[in-house]
Amino acid sequence: MTRYDSLLDTLGDTPLVGLPRLSASLRRGTDDGRQVRLWAKLEDRNPTGSIKDRPAVAMMRAAEKDGRLRPGATILEPTSGNTGISLAMAARLAGYRLVCVMPENTSAERRQLLTMYGAEIIDSPAAGGSNQAVAVAKELAAEHPDWVMLYQYGNEANARAHYEGTGPELLADLPSITHFVAGLGTTGTLMGTGRYLREKVPGVEIVAAEPRYGELVYGLRNVDEGFVPELYDEGVLTRRFSVGARDALLRTRQLVEVEGIFVGISTGCVLHAAMAVAGEAIKAGRPADVALIVADGGWKYLSTGAYAGTVAEAEDALEGQLWA
Amino acid sequence: MAIEVRVPTILRSYTGGEKKVDASGDTLAAVLDDLDSRHAGIKGRLVTTAGDLHRFVNVYVNDEDVRFTGALETKLADGDTVTILPAVAGGG
Repeated sequence: MTRYDSLLDTLGDTPLVGLPRLSASLRRGTDDGRQVRLWAKLEDRNPTGSIKDRPAVAMMRAAEKDGRLRPGATILEPTSGNTGISLAMAARLAGYRLVCVMPENTSAERRQLLTMYGAEIIDSPAAGGSNQAVAVAKELAAEHPDWVMLYQYGNEANARAHYEGTGPELLADLPSITHFVAGLGTTGTLMGTGRYLREKVPGVEIVAAEPRYGELVYGLRNVDEGFVPELYDEGVLTRRFSVGARDALLRTRQLVEVEGIFVGISTGCVLHAAMAVAGEAIKAGRPADVALIVADGGWKYLSTGAYAGTVAEAEDALEGQLWA
Repeated sequence: MAIEVRVPTILRSYTGGEKKVDASGDTLAAVLDDLDSRHAGIKGRLVTTAGDLHRFVNVYVNDEDVRFTGALETKLADGDTVTILPAVAGGG
């Protein structure tokens, strides 16, 4: 279908595309004919260009349904960018005011998009990254009891959007799926999609790829200030990888060069983990269909320097930034 | 057996400010014991009195989270890297 009543009706049903050249590069040197294939779900094909349109719209609709969100209300949300942008678009269409708490070390494009959609941005300190954004948002919520904090890190509608959308779409397009690989942030994508796939596909592996930032982001005063999203259930995952900026950048560039797909830096993390599990399957002589999530395109990160110069220069440019 | 341990900023008071320290052992538990013998007190910040990893601490061996590879019983080999990080909120 190519005709829709409005932009929001285009949400979801994103394409799943094969990565034949990358898959072949992994199989090089093996000649037993077994199939290990990589597939990318292009979530940048959502209304505002990221997977976050799914949870943002789902959380807003759930809050409207339970009566928390009424006409003219103010929505508050801690965000590193994408969820804020999705909420800003949907809030604009529905007539809500949106206040985003965002770490100050996030890209200029994200700020400009939020501002263009009419959202207000409150900066949280760079040190501590999203931890600080969550803390500041919780303080603001206490000061403004009339504001509605949707709180993506603990809102069950976030994971449910993937349980009801991302998961069934993947299974319909790839019934032979053996591995699902996605980025770990709020954990909503992995929890919702992971639960759905585990119920339907015996033995499916749910693999998390977590961006490892520069030291500034881990600058807590003590370990007790740490944060684990309320949505997170370790039991849904099979494995969890930490991927640093260098590997993320190399994979982000490889995906453009080899498959022509221009993605955000967090997808580089996801591809790195997907290549690792696909490589292991080849070594073990097991066929595998590895599906990975492209959370967004690269457009919003051009100003970070991730795509210019050498990988070492790009790595230096990302130091201290919240790049995913 | 040489294992490189990467220490986060908040725990460097135990390692004299060092980012990377060496330790030895064939499991993560053994490495943490060895680490604690050289940098007294650090293990208590990572492992609870019940013997589990602290909820807000993540430990990775060669970039894989040990909670999915056997936790403190995770096997280590010469040249492996152990990375310790506080659990922080991810992007969204």
